[in-house]
Amino acid sequence: MIRVTDNRRNFQPSLAWALGLAVVFGVGALAIAADPEGLKPSEELAIKWLPKPFPVENSAAKTEAEMKAYTELVSGTDLKFEMVPIPSGKFLMGSPDTEEGRGEDEGPQVEVELAPFWMATHETTWDLYEEWSFELDVQRRKLKSEEASDWDKIADAVARPTKPYTDMTFEMGKRNKPAICMTQYAAQFFCKWLCAKTGRYYRLPTEAEWEYAARAGTKTAYSFGDDAEALDEHGWYFDNSDDAYQEIGQKKPNPWGLYDMHGNVSEWVLDQYIPDAYKKLAAKGGLVSNPFFVPKTEIPLAVRGGSWDDDPQRLRSAARRGSNKDWKMQDPQIPQSIWYLTDATFLGFRVVRPLELPTEEQAKVYEPDPQIMLDYKEAQGGKE
Amino acid sequence: MSDTRRASRRDFLKTSSVALAGTALAGGLSVGRAAHAAGSDEMKVVLIGCGGRGKGAIVNCMEASKATGEKIRLIAVADAFEDNARNALEGLKKDKTYANLIDVPDDRVFSGFDNFQKALDANPDLVIIATPPGFRPIHYKAAVAAGKNIFMEKPLCVDAPGYRSLLETNKEADAKGLKVGVGLQRHHEPRYQETVQRIQDGAIGDLKYLRAYWNGAGVWIRERKPEQTEMEYQMRNWYYFVWLCGDHICEQHIHNLDVCNWVKGGHPVEANGMGGRQVRKGKDVGHIYDHHFVEFTYDDGTKTFSQCRHIPNCWNSVSEYAHGTKGWADCSGQIYGGTEWKFRGDKPNPYVQEHVDLQTAIRKNQPFNEGHFGADSSFTSVLGRMATYSGQVVKWDEAVKGGPCEMPETYAWDAKPPVMPDENGSYEYAVAMPGIYKPY
Repeated sequence: MIRVTDNRRNFQPSLAWALGLAVVFGVGALAIAADPEGLKPSEELAIKWLPKPFPVENSAAKTEAEMKAYTELVSGTDLKFEMVPIPSGKFLMGSPDTEEGRGEDEGPQVEVELAPFWMATHETTWDLYEEWSFELDVQRRKLKSEEASDWDKIADAVARPTKPYTDMTFEMGKRNKPAICMTQYAAQFFCKWLCAKTGRYYRLPTEAEWEYAARAGTKTAYSFGDDAEALDEHGWYFDNSDDAYQEIGQKKPNPWGLYDMHGNVSEWVLDQYIPDAYKKLAAKGGLVSNPFFVPKTEIPLAVRGGSWDDDPQRLRSAARRGSNKDWKMQDPQIPQSIWYLTDATFLGFRVVRPLELPTEEQAKVYEPDPQIMLDYKEAQGGKE
Repeated sequence: MSDTRRASRRDFLKTSSVALAGTALAGGLSVGRAAHAAGSDEMKVVLIGCGGRGKGAIVNCMEASKATGEKIRLIAVADAFEDNARNALEGLKKDKTYANLIDVPDDRVFSGFDNFQKALDANPDLVIIATPPGFRPIHYKAAVAAGKNIFMEKPLCVDAPGYRSLLETNKEADAKGLKVGVGLQRHHEPRYQETVQRIQDGAIGDLKYLRAYWNGAGVWIRERKPEQTEMEYQMRNWYYFVWLCGDHICEQHIHNLDVCNWVKGGHPVEANGMGGRQVRKGKDVGHIYDHHFVEFTYDDGTKTFSQCRHIPNCWNSVSEYAHGTKGWADCSGQIYGGTEWKFRGDKPNPYVQEHVDLQTAIRKNQPFNEGHFGADSSFTSVLGRMATYSGQVVKWDEAVKGGPCEMPETYAWDAKPPVMPDENGSYEYAVAMPGIYKPY
């Protein structure tokens, strides 16, 4: 793994963890601690408290050969989403000089190899996202006087966002439509909650993983070729979206079965946006394994895929964009929210699940830094 | 989709960052600095009310100065709570851009109930007031009496005596030539300005009715701490008490009602409505409602239908619409029906733009007092609350004249606020009951 630098604060594993309440079993997954209430899942790495897997057909794999597509079930809810295996392999990241509409930040092309992972076939919907952000599962359980499962007990302790100041859909609708206007931090916390609800390790993709999956073995500007005229069949963009995001999965998928990689909403990835990132990679010479530019600053972070609000060139597989201060423009409070990007009405995300659980060192940079939330809470002066 | 539209959209992306600079140029042509302290080219600012919005407003003011060229200097911070004032100051200083514009020694960090007066005595040119709304008439009056230019957050009052006070203070501010900005930032957004202008120019024909919404999830809660007096607790958790907040129909929905008034060119003369408290349960959420529906009527019979709600995971909308004989408009930038039109222009940060416009008015010594429509829109919200709390038809003139005072008799940490908890620590008994509650 390539890391630019990592200036995040060290995590402080809780006493509960140090005492070994959790027990290692299987391929690195951990059993639920005897006392889930003693855990601080918001502040501790998910790899340290990942519960036993919630039983889901075809979801288990120890080797790449065993990886299958599966339907993830979010325990304690009726929500589900599809995951497909993305094989390990090599690809050329970035675009050739000759590609129409190409940005300088897309070159030089660099040969990259990636470990296998699963990726969600669709962008994360409001249905899924608000189950977490509004604690709908918790409220439903209370109303029905139901017991919390062992998965719920951990998931309930994962932090949720503050209430949104305004309507975050901007009247574009919710059901089966992609969630938007969240910070990368919020998307990462959603992933943590998913870890707790499923017992499987979910996170955001790295920029390299995202492009590899978007290309799905293709070398053209789009996964269906170079002709933007054909985009109408494959993605939602400015000219065909009627000024709004659309229900997920209505256009044709890419060769690996991923929908809306081009358009609908842009998608968060984990990396810092560095315009000359590929030059840095190329300078190292040769094949690059699992590149990841660990963020040092909140802005700019990389987003991919283009959206309903973009012209075709921004939807290309190689097109890159960095987040911007203006995406929080209408947040009138100081400190500005760590959860919402009030002006990023074009930005959502999808999740991945690596075959191999990360090491503790890796997990520290794949997962949200809990200190950010703790600092924010303090700066909020006791607002809950 | 036409190419023109696409071009203008791209242009928007490119031009949004330079729009402020254009304004700055216009503002820079005049050299009138009458409102400034003699011999100083700085605009000295004090911040009264150091919560999230207050901190946001001073940062917006500083950002605006990049466009206007004003030399902003924050010289004092004031809040009822010393920790709020100090935290705000420390937080602002963390950013170097802002730290350079701050000169607040320890003896200009003010707290207690008279914090605003001490801040005014520090001799600022501009006062930013972002305290809880109930205090606004008092603080506004004091700032105008001291002869200061003002930016103050909405809403401006929570009751009729407050509104009457605002009207008097507005007159005094005008007589003194003071510039008064109010945080109803839609007035500073080109997309609203142009849409309202088009409606008033007849783009949707004659106005028939308007619709306004602030349906959202709700806001923060602050828990009670054992060492707090009742007064301190309520002032910390101020959103949930009518005397401090006015209810969410005042605190948030005013934005949308204000747009309706703007389009209509006046305020309603009566209102009826209904509302209640469906999901707001518990001891930490005071006695305000969580939903209101109000039908406002203007003097010519035009209606505004208004909804506001604090319930998560329902149909949400924060918007305003105007309907006419020839079409209808989304007041934030689109006209449907007769003359189809969509705003494709510049979208500057409205929270910064409102300070750009205020600073420009101060520098050029132009008439600028948003306290007038700010007061009317604030009382429109109060009238709506009177309608939903009482279930009666309430009339503007009667409400202005006879509406009760919601504020405490005494301001002190050990004084009793107007609504006290029952023996279980609950305020549920104080939730207004329609049919029984008397609006005035």
